[in-house]
Amino acid sequence: MNMARGRFDKVKGWLYLLPAILFLGAFLVYPLIDVFIYSFEEGYNFTSQTYFGTGLYNYSYVLHDPYFLQAVINTFILVVITVPVSTGIALLISVALHSVKRFRNFLQTVYFLPYVTNTLAVGLVFMILFKKTPYSDGLINQLINLFGGTSVDFIDGPYWAKMFVLCTYTIWVVMPFKILILTGALASVNEDYYKAARVDGTSKFRIFRKITLPMISPMIFYLVITGFIGAFKAYSDVVALFGTDLNAAGMNTIVGYVYDMLYGDSGGYPSYASAAAIILFVIILTITCINLMVSRKNVHY
Amino acid sequence: MEIRLEHLTKKFPNRDRKRIRGASSIPQDVTAVNDFTFTIPDGKLIGLLGPSGCGKSTTLNLISGLLEPTDGRIFFGDDDVTELPPEKRGIGLVFQNYALYPHLTVRQNILFPLENRKGKDRLSKEQMLAMADEAARLVQIDKLMERRPGELSGGQQQRVAIARALVKQPRVLLLDEPLSNLDARLRLQTRDEIRRIQRETGITTVFVTHDQDEAMSISDLIVVMKEGVVQQIGKPQEVYDSPANLFVAKFLGTPPINVFEGRVRGGKLYIGEDAVLEHRRNAQRFLHRRCDLPPMRSEGAFPHADSVSAGEGTAVLPDCDVWVGIRPEGFLLREDGPLCCDLNGVEVMGRDISVLSRNKASVNPVVRSIIGTENKVDTSAGTVRFALRPEKVFLFDRDSEERL
Repeated sequence: MNMARGRFDKVKGWLYLLPAILFLGAFLVYPLIDVFIYSFEEGYNFTSQTYFGTGLYNYSYVLHDPYFLQAVINTFILVVITVPVSTGIALLISVALHSVKRFRNFLQTVYFLPYVTNTLAVGLVFMILFKKTPYSDGLINQLINLFGGTSVDFIDGPYWAKMFVLCTYTIWVVMPFKILILTGALASVNEDYYKAARVDGTSKFRIFRKITLPMISPMIFYLVITGFIGAFKAYSDVVALFGTDLNAAGMNTIVGYVYDMLYGDSGGYPSYASAAAIILFVIILTITCINLMVSRKNVHY
Repeated sequence: MEIRLEHLTKKFPNRDRKRIRGASSIPQDVTAVNDFTFTIPDGKLIGLLGPSGCGKSTTLNLISGLLEPTDGRIFFGDDDVTELPPEKRGIGLVFQNYALYPHLTVRQNILFPLENRKGKDRLSKEQMLAMADEAARLVQIDKLMERRPGELSGGQQQRVAIARALVKQPRVLLLDEPLSNLDARLRLQTRDEIRRIQRETGITTVFVTHDQDEAMSISDLIVVMKEGVVQQIGKPQEVYDSPANLFVAKFLGTPPINVFEGRVRGGKLYIGEDAVLEHRRNAQRFLHRRCDLPPMRSEGAFPHADSVSAGEGTAVLPDCDVWVGIRPEGFLLREDGPLCCDLNGVEVMGRDISVLSRNKASVNPVVRSIIGTENKVDTSAGTVRFALRPEKVFLFDRDSEERL
C-alpha cells in the first residue's frame, strides 16, 4: 500500500514536470547537444547534411581567425568596462534615489525609462548624438568643438572612439534594470540597522561600507553575474550602432561572429559557428564559476 | 545619570485625512506624547508601560534623540541634551528586534560602536578588544564571540544587543520592548538578567513594555501611559495598590481587576442591590477623597508616597454612581458575605483557587476571584457569597474614571 503510494507520488511528480521537460528538452537541451556535435564535425553542410570528418579542426580554425580574435578582444573590453562601471553608477544613483524623499517615484520612473525603450531606437539616437559627417556634427562633437577640441568620428572613426560609444551605450542601456533591483534592495534593509548605527555615531561612509553594502551584497552579486553574462552575449546593441558589417568596422563580438558564420555575407559555416558558440559557453561558464568563488567570501545572505 | 524630562511633547503630522471625522477638514497633528514631565532618578530601572500606541516608544526615542521633541526639554544630569544628536548623548539603545548586524560576528558587533570613534577618542585595538570582552562577560556571552547572530538563540541575541549597547559605557541605557521577541520561559530568565546587569552597572535604565508583568517585576518605578498622557508614576506595588484611575487599575494585574457598576448611597457602597461596604469602617482606605490631587501628571518621583500613608481628611463621599474595581484577591468567601454572585465554575490552580462567577452589575462577563486553597467551594450551590477586602476595592468616578 505504502510502496504503491510512493510509486504513484513519484509518477505524479514527473508528470508535473513533463511539460517543462519537453519544452526545455526540445528547444534547449537538444540544440545544445547538437551544437556541441556540430562543433566537432568538419565542413558540415545544412542542405546536404554531410561533413568531411570529425576532429578539432573547427576550433583550430576559429581560434586562428583574426576576426574571431578581434571579436573576443572587443567582447572582453566591453565586459571588463561596462559591468563594473554600470553596477557602480547604478549603486550611486540608487543610494541617491533612496535618500531623496520628494519626487522619488517620479525620478525612479525617469531612470527606468531606457529599459522600456527599443534597443534599435536607442541605438539610432546614440548614432545621431555621436556621428560626424563631412557636413554636420552630432551633439557630442558640437560640445567637443565648444570646448576647443576637434571633431571625432565616433561611429566610423578610430577604434577607441567606437569602443567608447559602445561602452557608453551599453552602460546606459543596462542601468535601469540595475537601478530598479538596487533601489528595491536598499528599501528592504531594515531601518533599525541605520538607527542603531546612528546611535553609535557611525559615519555615513562607514554605514554604507559596513552595513548597506553587505546587506545588499546578494543583489549586487546577482547583478554582476547577470551583467557578465549579458555583456558576453552583446550583439544587437553593436548592430544598432555600427550596422551589420561588424567585421569591417572592427567592432564584432563573439555572438556577432557566430551569427556571421551562420547567416552573414561570408556565412554558411555552421561548424565554425558551433565551435565559436561552444568557446563562448566555456568562457561564460569559467567567469561565472570564478564569480561564485569570489562571492562566497564577500556575499552575505 | 539622572534624566529630567520637562513638558516633553511630540506631535506627528497627520497624513491620513480620512481618520478625522469632525468639523475641521485640516489634518490635525497626532500627539504621541503630551506634556510629559518627570525626573528619572540616577541608577534606577524605569519601566514605561502602556498599550500599543500610547507613546511609550516615542518617549524612548525622544530620550535617545532619534526623534526630536515638538516641545519640552530633556536633561541628562545638568546637560541639556534636547538639541544633541543621538551619538552625542551617550546612550545605549537596544532595539526590539536587536538590530544586530547579521554579517558580523558577535565580537565585531560589540566592537562596532568603539570602532566608530575617531581622533583622540579612538582607542587602541587592545583596549577595544578588552572592553568588548568585558561587556560580553557582563552579559555572559563570552563563549560565543566568534559566532554570527543567526547562529544564536533569541535570548543570546538579546544579550549581544545589550553588550553592544553597554560597551561604549553609556550614561543611559534604553531598551525597547526587550523581552517581546522571547518565549515565555526565556522571558522570565532574561528579565532577571536585565535586572542583574542594571544593578551591576548601576546605569540609569529606561525600558518600554506593554506587558505589565514584565514592568512590575523588575522596575524600580513604572510609568503608565495612555494615548500620550502619563497616567501614573510610582513604585510598581504602590501603583498596583493605589491606581490613579480606572485605566491604570484595569491595566495592571493578572488576572485583571473586576469592574462593577456601583452606587454610593448614604455612605454605603452598593453593587446591584447588595450593600457591600460601609464608608465608616473603611473610609480611611477607600472613601478617602483624592480629587484634590491633580490627575497623576507625574510630580516628582513618588507622587503617591504621601497619599497612601496619610489617611486623614476623610470626607464622606456624596451619593453618586461609580465604577467599582475589585482585585481578584479582594474577595473573601463568606457564607454571610454581602456580595452575591451566580457561581459559574471553579478552577483549582494548585497554589490557589479561582472562582468564576457572574454578577449583573459586572462589566466583564465573568467575575474572577482568587481565594486560598483552604476554602471549600460548594459547587452544587447556584450562588456564592463574598465579603470584600476594603483595601482591594477602588472607586472611580463614572464619567472621568478618576479614582475617588
